[in-house]
Amino acid sequence: MTLLICVFAAIIFTVKWYKRKDDSLMLGIPCICFWGASLMWLGDAIFGYAEDGAAFFEPEPAEMLNDAFLGLSVVALGLILWLVILLIKDPRGIVKASLRKKARE
Amino acid sequence: MACFLVTAAEAVVVTVAAKVAKNREMSEESVKLEKNAEIETAHENKLPWSKKLMILASLLWGGAFLLCYEHIWHGEVVPWFPFLTAMNDPGDTAEMLHEMGTVGVTMAVIVTVVWAIMMIVADKIMARPDPEPAKAAA
Repeated sequence: MTLLICVFAAIIFTVKWYKRKDDSLMLGIPCICFWGASLMWLGDAIFGYAEDGAAFFEPEPAEMLNDAFLGLSVVALGLILWLVILLIKDPRGIVKASLRKKARE
Repeated sequence: MACFLVTAAEAVVVTVAAKVAKNREMSEESVKLEKNAEIETAHENKLPWSKKLMILASLLWGGAFLLCYEHIWHGEVVPWFPFLTAMNDPGDTAEMLHEMGTVGVTMAVIVTVVWAIMMIVADKIMARPDPEPAKAAA
């Protein structure tokens, strides 16, 4: 479930990145971040499948809920990471302009 | 248990390699400019090695960061020494090292193989002739 949620996040951001008009939102960051994590969880899933067989695809509801909760938290953390990098790098200069305006007030 | 440490270690190595490659590319470029030589057009048809390595480093750092969070979630990583709960018991440590050698290495190999395929495709895309304006508009 965590892998699935992360893959969906990666796909959504890849489509957004492809449709972008400029790079001011730095959409490549969440893209790469979620794909990296998805590929790593894929490796984990391969070992899980090798160990449990078909049972790997039939998790207990409680386990699935916990994994879904983890997946959503992972996406939230990835988005926070992206937002922090975006605000620090400030490609549009919006943060800088806003700070200068505050300083003038 | 600590499989993300393998990818994090690879990320460190790749980041250093990318910085070295970037420095080398910059010094090569400045030598060319000093000699007044034209910058080869073939150079523009391929992504520089430093950028390619930075993409791999970003994939590895991003993945390792989110996987580290997963390990915190499962209580396998803690914010106090020795940081990995498996380090408290020799049996768990052996199991952790085995997992790093199997799952961790597989993760690193998957990411690296996918990156290598991506870079081959990227070079092929960059070598394509630019689309004609009429086609591009359509």
